[in-house]
Amino acid sequence: MDKHNIILIAHGQFEKGFLSEIAEEVALEYSCSVGIQESQLDLMNFYDPSRRQYDGYKLLKEIEGMNIAGYNKKIGLFRVDLFIPILTYIFGQAFFKGNSGIASLYRLKNEQYGMQADQDLLFHRFRKVIIHEIGHTFGLIHCHVPNCVMRSSTYVEDIDQKRHHLCSKCLNEIAEFKI
Amino acid sequence: MSKNISILIVDDEESVRDSLYNWFIEDGYRVECAGNAKEALSIIESREFDIVLADIKMPGMDGLEMHRRIKAQNKETIVIVMTAFASVDTAVQALKDGAYDYITKPFDPDDLSHLVRNASKQITLKAENEALRNKMNELENVEDIVGKSEGMLKVLKEVKSVAQSNSSVIITGESGTGKELIARAIHFNSPRRYFPLVSVHCGALTESLLESELFGHEKGAFTGAMYNRKGRFEMADGGTIFLDEIATISSKTQVELLRVLESKSFMRVGGNKEISSDFRVICATNKDLKKMVENGTFREDLFYRLNVVNINIPPLRDRVEDIPMLMNHFIIKYCTAMSRDMVTIEPAALKRLEEFEFPGNVRELENMIERAIVIGNGKEIRLADLPMGKDIIYSSVESLDDLEKKYILQILNKYDWNITRSAKALKVDRVTLYNKIKKYDLNASKS
Repeated sequence: MDKHNIILIAHGQFEKGFLSEIAEEVALEYSCSVGIQESQLDLMNFYDPSRRQYDGYKLLKEIEGMNIAGYNKKIGLFRVDLFIPILTYIFGQAFFKGNSGIASLYRLKNEQYGMQADQDLLFHRFRKVIIHEIGHTFGLIHCHVPNCVMRSSTYVEDIDQKRHHLCSKCLNEIAEFKI
Repeated sequence: MSKNISILIVDDEESVRDSLYNWFIEDGYRVECAGNAKEALSIIESREFDIVLADIKMPGMDGLEMHRRIKAQNKETIVIVMTAFASVDTAVQALKDGAYDYITKPFDPDDLSHLVRNASKQITLKAENEALRNKMNELENVEDIVGKSEGMLKVLKEVKSVAQSNSSVIITGESGTGKELIARAIHFNSPRRYFPLVSVHCGALTESLLESELFGHEKGAFTGAMYNRKGRFEMADGGTIFLDEIATISSKTQVELLRVLESKSFMRVGGNKEISSDFRVICATNKDLKKMVENGTFREDLFYRLNVVNINIPPLRDRVEDIPMLMNHFIIKYCTAMSRDMVTIEPAALKRLEEFEFPGNVRELENMIERAIVIGNGKEIRLADLPMGKDIIYSSVESLDDLEKKYILQILNKYDWNITRSAKALKVDRVTLYNKIKKYDLNASKS
C-alpha cells in the first residue's frame, strides 16, 4: 500500500463519473491511490441560518475526526456554500501538513456569476481546488508561479488562470515531504 | 517575501484563530495565536511580530487597549484591528491610536489577502530603506576616511562630536589633506544628512560670479542672466553649505557672507525679495586665517562667526603610519575601478613612500598610486613606477654616503641586481660596484 492514500468523501449528489474522473486526476498528480466514498453526514448540523451558509471550519473538523481504514488523507467534497468565521466564503480549506481538507463546487458554478452553466469548466475548477487543498495537506504553501495549481485564488477567475498541475518547485517539495 | 513576515493573531474565538492561522500559514507567513490580550502581550514580550491581527471585543482587556500597549512596546509593529461589530467610533479610535487598518468580520478573502500583502510590503520597504540608509552612512564613515594615526583619530573624534551640533566649522589643513572629505563626514553624520550638502569652491570663481553662485540671481539681473536661478544658500536649505578656500573671497563678499550668516536670509542678485534658508556652514582653508585677520585681509567678525569649531587635519608627513593603510585603500579603489587584479607593492617602493615628504599630501599619494597602477606591470607597484622613484634628491638632509647608498640600491633594483647592467648605468666598473655593495652591506633582500 502507498504511504499516502487519499479518500474523497462526497457529500450530496454528484454527476455520474464526475468524481471518478477527478479521483483519477488526483491519483496521477500525487502518485497515490485515491478512493471515493459517499457520506451520510447530516449537513443541517453545520448550517448557519444567519449567514445562510455552511460552516466550513466545523465541517473540516468533522472530516478530520472521521476514521476511514486504509486512507490517511480525507477530503470532503460538497455542493453547498461554505464559509469560515472570518471570511465571507471559501472554495476549500485544509489543515496545513494535516490529513484533511474540504472543497465545494458551489461557488465554482458559472450560474453563480450570472453566466451559462458549463459542466466542463466546473469539472476543471473543482479538480484544481481539490488538488490545491491536498497540496496544503502535504505542506505546500501558496506558490508564486502563475500557472501552478498552488497559486492562491480568491476569485473563480484566478482558478481559471492556473493549470491543474503542480509546478516543478512544488513537485520537488512534495517529493521531499513524501520521503 | 511573505516567508519572513511574522503574524500574531489575537482573538477569543478558537474557530477564528484557527481559520486565520490556516489562511496565513498557507501563504507562507510565520503565524502564532493568542486567545486574549494578556496572552498576546506576554508572547510579544518574548518574541517580535511584524503584524498583529487583533479582535477588538475580547473578555478582559479589549483590543484597543492591547493595541496601545503593543505600540508603547514597539511602535514599528503593524496592528490591524478586526471586529464583528462595526462601529465608526471604534474604527476612528483605532486609527487615531495608530492602527494600520480596521476590518469588519467576515471579510472577503481577497480583501484580507490584499491587506496583509500591503502591510508586508510596507514592512519590507521600511527594512530596505533602513538598510540603504545605514549603507549610505557607512560609506561616508568608513570607506573614505582612512587612518589610524593619533592625529587622524583626534580629527575623527572631533568630527563625531561636532556633527551633532549646528555650529559653524572651519577645517584647516594643507592642500590635499582631505578637508572636503571631513566636511562630508560632518554633514553625513549630522541630523541634516537627509538634506543636501552643497559645495562651493570660492577660489575658482570671480567676485561677481561667486555672488551669483551663492545668492542666486533674478532674470535680467546682469547680461546673460536669462532665467531666475537659485543660489547655493537656497539649495542648501535644511542641509549644509561647504565653502572651500574661504580665504580667497573678496572683502565685499565677506561683508555679504557675514550678513547672511547672521540673518540666515538674503536676496538674489537683482532681486528684492528676502529669502530665508536654514543651513549649516562648514568652511575650509589652507591659509592661516588668524594671520589674515591680523593683516587686515580677512574680517575679524566673519572669522569669529565661522570659527566656532576648528578642525585641523595634520599633513601626511606627520602621520607616516597611515601611508600603508591609505595606499591599500587607493590600490583597492583604482584596481576595482579599472577592473584589474589587485596589485602588491614592492618593499623598496613602500619604503620610499614612507620617506617621502608629500607636499601634496593624500591627494599626491592617491595620484601616485593611480599612476603606478596605470603604468605598472599589473602585479606589483615597483619603485620605478613611482614618480619620485627616479628622483634621488630628498628634501631631508642626508649625508653623501647615504645618498650614494640609496642611489646604488635604486639602480640595482631597477636592473634586478644585474651587476653588469647596473655598473654600466652607474658608469663604474663591476669591481667598483661590488666594493660599494660590500661597503654599504647591500643585498637584494634588504631592498
